[in-house]
This record gives sequence, C-alpha cells and structure tokens, in this order.
Amino acid sequence: MNNTLLILKQEYLKRVKKKSFIILTILMPFLIAGVYGLVIYFSIKDDTEERTIAVYDATNLFLGEFSEEGTTSYHFIPKEEFTELKTNLKGSGYYGLLYIPSDIYSNNQAQLFSEKQLPFELTEQIERKLSRFIENDKRQKVIADSGIPDLEERLSKTRTSVNLSTLKVSQSGETKKSSSVVAFIASYAMGLLIYFFVFMYGAMVMRSVMEEKKSRIIEVIISSVKPSQLMAGKIIGTALVGLTQVAIWLGLGGIGLIVVQSFFFSPETAQQMSQSIMESQGQMNPAAMQTAQSNQVMEVMEMIGNLNIPLILFSFVFYFLAGYLLYSALLGAVGAAVDNDEDSQQMVFPVTFPLILSIMLLFPIAKNPEGPLAFWCSIIPFTSPVAMMARVPYDLPIWELLLSMGLLVLTTIVCIMAAAKIYRIGLLMYGKKVNIKELIKWLRYKG
Amino acid sequence: MELFEARNVNKVFASTQALTDVSISVKEQSIFGLLGPNGAGKTTLIRIINQITAPDSGEIFLNGRKMNRTDISHIGYLPEERGLYKKMKIGEQAIYLAQLKGMSHRDASRNLKHWFEKFDIMPWWNKKVEELSKGMQQKVQFITTVVHQPKLLIFDEPFSGFDPINANLLKKEILNLKAEGATIIFSTHNMGSVEELCDHIALINKSKKIEDGPTDEIRMKYKSNTFDIKYRGEFNNIHLALGSDYKIISHDESGKAKTLKVQYLNGKSNNELLQAIMPAAEIISFEELIPSMNDVFIKAVEESNKN
Repeated sequence: MNNTLLILKQEYLKRVKKKSFIILTILMPFLIAGVYGLVIYFSIKDDTEERTIAVYDATNLFLGEFSEEGTTSYHFIPKEEFTELKTNLKGSGYYGLLYIPSDIYSNNQAQLFSEKQLPFELTEQIERKLSRFIENDKRQKVIADSGIPDLEERLSKTRTSVNLSTLKVSQSGETKKSSSVVAFIASYAMGLLIYFFVFMYGAMVMRSVMEEKKSRIIEVIISSVKPSQLMAGKIIGTALVGLTQVAIWLGLGGIGLIVVQSFFFSPETAQQMSQSIMESQGQMNPAAMQTAQSNQVMEVMEMIGNLNIPLILFSFVFYFLAGYLLYSALLGAVGAAVDNDEDSQQMVFPVTFPLILSIMLLFPIAKNPEGPLAFWCSIIPFTSPVAMMARVPYDLPIWELLLSMGLLVLTTIVCIMAAAKIYRIGLLMYGKKVNIKELIKWLRYKG
Repeated sequence: MELFEARNVNKVFASTQALTDVSISVKEQSIFGLLGPNGAGKTTLIRIINQITAPDSGEIFLNGRKMNRTDISHIGYLPEERGLYKKMKIGEQAIYLAQLKGMSHRDASRNLKHWFEKFDIMPWWNKKVEELSKGMQQKVQFITTVVHQPKLLIFDEPFSGFDPINANLLKKEILNLKAEGATIIFSTHNMGSVEELCDHIALINKSKKIEDGPTDEIRMKYKSNTFDIKYRGEFNNIHLALGSDYKIISHDESGKAKTLKVQYLNGKSNNELLQAIMPAAEIISFEELIPSMNDVFIKAVEESNKN
C-alpha cells in the first residue's frame, strides 16, 4: 500500500476510534440544541415569582384599571401609606411601589420604587398599562369633542404597516426578491463554520506532529517515508475526520429536523400555537394574522430559494478546503519546529492571527458586504476563507470571487512548500528555541 | 563484496561542517562499527544513509548501485533517540511501522508474532506503550527495526537502556542476524561491545574520518610495544640487563609471581626483548599488550585533536 495512504488511514482511524471523538461528535448537536433550547425556554417561560405592586395614584383615575397580569398584581394604597412605604419598603411585602403623580397627563412621568433591580418585563408592563390607559382616555375625549360618533373605528382603519421587500436587479435585468436578513444569517454562519473547522482541525494536525516529535518516533517514521508523504497523509487524514464529523452532524441534524417538524409543526400543534399567540395578543384579527404569518414564511422560503445555492455550496467547500490546507500546513510546520507546548503557543498566535482577525471582522463584513473592508479581507488569502464566505450569499462580482480563489490557491501552494521545508528541518531539531526569524533562515537551507 | 559504500560525502549545516569527505565501505554480512566522540558527525552520516538528509556532495551505493529512495525499505534503522506512539497498542503499532517499510499486513503480523514470542513479550501485544517499562519498549523498537528482514541494519546505541541480561540477548540476536546474512552498521560508545561484535571499524572525529580498518588491525596499529612479563629471579638483574633501549613501566613483586611491564623503543623487536631478558631471569609468561578499543579510541582522538 502507498505510504501516504497508510499514514492517512492510520491518522484517520486513530482519531475516529477515539472515545472522545465519538462522544463529542454525538453529543455536540445535542449540546448546541440544548443550549438553544434552554435560552428559548427561559425567554418563553413566565417568571413565576408572585409580585404585588403597591400603587399610589394621585390622580385617582386609575383605580380598578390595573388588572392582574401574569404573576403581578396591583394594590392601591392611600397617600399616608405611600409616604410611609417610600422610606420603609423593605419588609412591607410589596415588591415595588408605583407612584402616579397628578400631572402624569401633561408630562408623562411616573415613578416606580423598589429595593431590587426590577425585571425588564415588569417596567415594560407598567409603562404599557399607563400609556394605554392615558392614550385611550385622551382619545375618547377627542372623539367626544369632535362629535363624530364612529371616529374610533374610522381611525383604526387608518392604521398601516408597510412591509418593504428588497428586490435585487441582476445583470440580466431580472429582479429577485432578496433579503439582507437571510443573506446575513447565511454568510455569518458559514464564515463561523469555516473558522471553527480550520482552527480545530489545523490545531489537530499540529498536535499530531508535535506528538511524533516529542515521543521521538519521528526519526523512525521518516526513515521509512518522506516527510512530505507524512505531512500529506496527516493533513488529508485529519480533513477526512472533520468531514466525517460534519457528515454525522448533517445526518443527525436531518433526523432532528424531521423529528422536530413532525412533532411541533403538525397541523394541530400549529393551530394551537397560533391560537395561543393570538389569545395573548388579543386584538388582532385571527384570519388576517394567519395569512400574514404564512405570507412571511413563504417570503423567507422564496428568499432562500433566491440565494445562489450551488455557488454558495461550491464556494463553501472550496474555501473550507483551501483554508484548511493553508492553515493546517502552517500549523503542521509550527508543530515540527517547536518541541514544547510553551513555544508552540507563542508560534501559533502569529500564524493564526489573520484567521482570528477575519472572524472579528466577520460581523462588519457581513453587514456591509460591498465596502472596502469586505473587499480587501476577501481578497487577501489569509483572511479570505472566512471573509469571502460572508460575501458570497450577496451576489458579488464574479471577478472578485475568481481573484480571491486564485490568490488563495497560489498562496496555499507556496505555503505548503515552505511548510514542507520547515517541517523536514524542524522534525529532527531538538532543544532549539525557534522563532519566526529562525524559520525564515530554515527556508533558505538547501537539500 | 561490498554491500554498502559511501564516497566522499560532505555535509554542511548552516556554518558547521558536519562531514568532510567521508568514505566508508561495508562488506556484506559483516558488522561495521561507526565510532567517534559526540558531535563528530556519526548521526549525520547515518541519516544520510537513511536518506533522511541529503549530502551536499558525495555518493552512496547499496549493492554496487547508487542508492535511491526506494532502497530505504531494505534498511532497518534503530535511531539513538527513539520512541513509540504512547497511546497506541504495541502490536498494532509494530504492524503499522512494518507496513511503512513495505510489508503486507499479513507478513508483518506473522513475523512480528515470531519475534514477540522470541523476546517473550507476546502478552504485551495489546498493551499500550505507556504501560510498558523502558526496557520492554526498547525490545519492541529493536523488533520493529529488524522485522522486515532488511539487508542493511543500522543500530545507533542499541544497548542504551538495557539491563546486562537483555543487552546480552540483544548481542546474541545481532550476531544471529549477521549469521543469517544481514549487514550491520553499529554506532556506539560502548567500546567493549565493539571489540565483541565489530569486524571492521571507522573512527570519525570533527567531521573527518581518522581511522578505518578491520578491528584487529586497528588495535595492532595502536599497540605500543609493551609487554607483560611474569618471571622468577631478581628484578635488579633484569633492570641491568635491559639497558637504555628498553623502558620499564612498572614492576610488582608482591604477588606469587613477579611481574614486569616493559616497553621497547623503536628499532627493537619482540624477540630482541626476549633475548635481552632471558639471561637475567627465568620467564614464566611473555605477553604483548594489545590496546583495548577504549584505549585506541582515546589515543586516536587525542592525536587527531593535536593536529
């Protein structure tokens, strides 16, 4: 069997058979799903704390208007109790103390006293109650003054909400519905994915090289195979591990999606859900809302459909592989050059800095994918794997994509050659403090 | 017939000259000792033979043919700095290493089992390397070096880390391998084992080869015409009889037999020394002192450093 193939197989099986790999691969989707589930759970879940808010109403207008909402109830108190409570809220059993001043109609100010940091929902609830009451009251007065009995109805019909759909005109003149939100999410997610994989698996290659050097088996290995074969086998083998992991995740994700869909989005549950939403919102016309909702879903689907999926997938695979090859070769060379963890950390930073930079710039790039920052980051080879992925979902000039890809391929080839040289020299170099200057010197060695 | 030959090999690392015009030739089915102080260039030469590094100039031949990359599957190399994959089971690991040398999985497995039985480490086949003692790891390393039945074996300090019993076992196996037809290049600082094993040696110092030849001849070359003589009689008589052409290094009359260490100066011969003493005392034994490899090593290196 070919030596590269043997090493590849060995590297692949060694990692895939590891317990930590199996556990991580299977648990990771559940972990991520779990974290998201928890976030959603806590944000949906009503907080169950029973609160009573004491209300002192100087206007005497609100009595009976503050209905209990959720776990919060309101208790109106006279002035004397208010002055007492104001200085002595602790131990009174009240969660907070609301003061509605007599001039609330003119300057729209009320005060809420509490000894705790109040939850956002509570202040929002009280503000809403006050505003709605005052607004309603004022409106009734205007209606009464105007002498038009059905003004209320007529005004409500004027309520308008405009939905702006963005249309992109392609070069051939056809217009497509595009959504900056969908494209933004897609570009951000892909940039992030490439970053994580390049980093994770590049570091894996480095550790594998370091392990061979540290355990001193390396001299036996390279007396059997060429260092370049060893490096190639390692890099490809590790890439296959990554692809295996992705494939398993996609498979699990697919199964998960089907399960979730059949469980949550069966017609009955959908009905129930929309009903409960409507109930909570109360005022909207159910039929109108349903069509609005399904319109939104349709629109998102259409926007996703309008993304250039084949191009995006192709670019993703391309930048994924090229980025991985580039950085794993460099990190492999670092692993060969150093002989202890401390030095490796020092060397890893300068090598991976462009990658870290590109992930930090991912957000601004995705926000403004045609600005100069996005342009340069997606052309410069060391940042382009992440940066360009943030731009591909927005139709970008094809020459920019080709230039970026071409430069990346060229740089990757040059870097692999340089890395192979450092690798070959570094493998048998022990006890030497290595820095970038030293590495550049190695590149000039012949033979 | 020569199995291996290196001709005028030169190698420079950055600013250090690692090898200067070194040539060696190794006869088939012999043990060749590659000796020299630390940093002399031995490891560089060995790495050049293994094609790990390329020489700046010079050529190397295997079986009379210029060596190329594929020839390394005919070499078994046990480096001085050696290790194994710590987390891997030793059986699996040994098979992997044998496969890298071009063996099929089945042949590797069969040969390895044979060797594991021989070295009495079969029960460890499924153990991880980190669970093994250093001596056991050394045995595994030795086995992985020889398992693909290479024509040329290179051992760099093979005995380091072995206890005397296992070192003996190893010596026996090395001689066995030679008897079965292998050619061995052997680098060590253990001069005792050089005397025992090596047919031929080359001594390298400061990148240059300073000595090369059959082990016995080299030792003879460094003899200093010194003799150990046991006698009956009076020391003073001998002392008078020898005169200025001979140098008495030491004499000892405390034992059962009196002994004397004498060196003759240039121009004299063994027989002349014997004739000179004979009238003065009764000779019990007369033995020429051949320097040990240790003495040869020190003398040769010191002389070379003086120049």
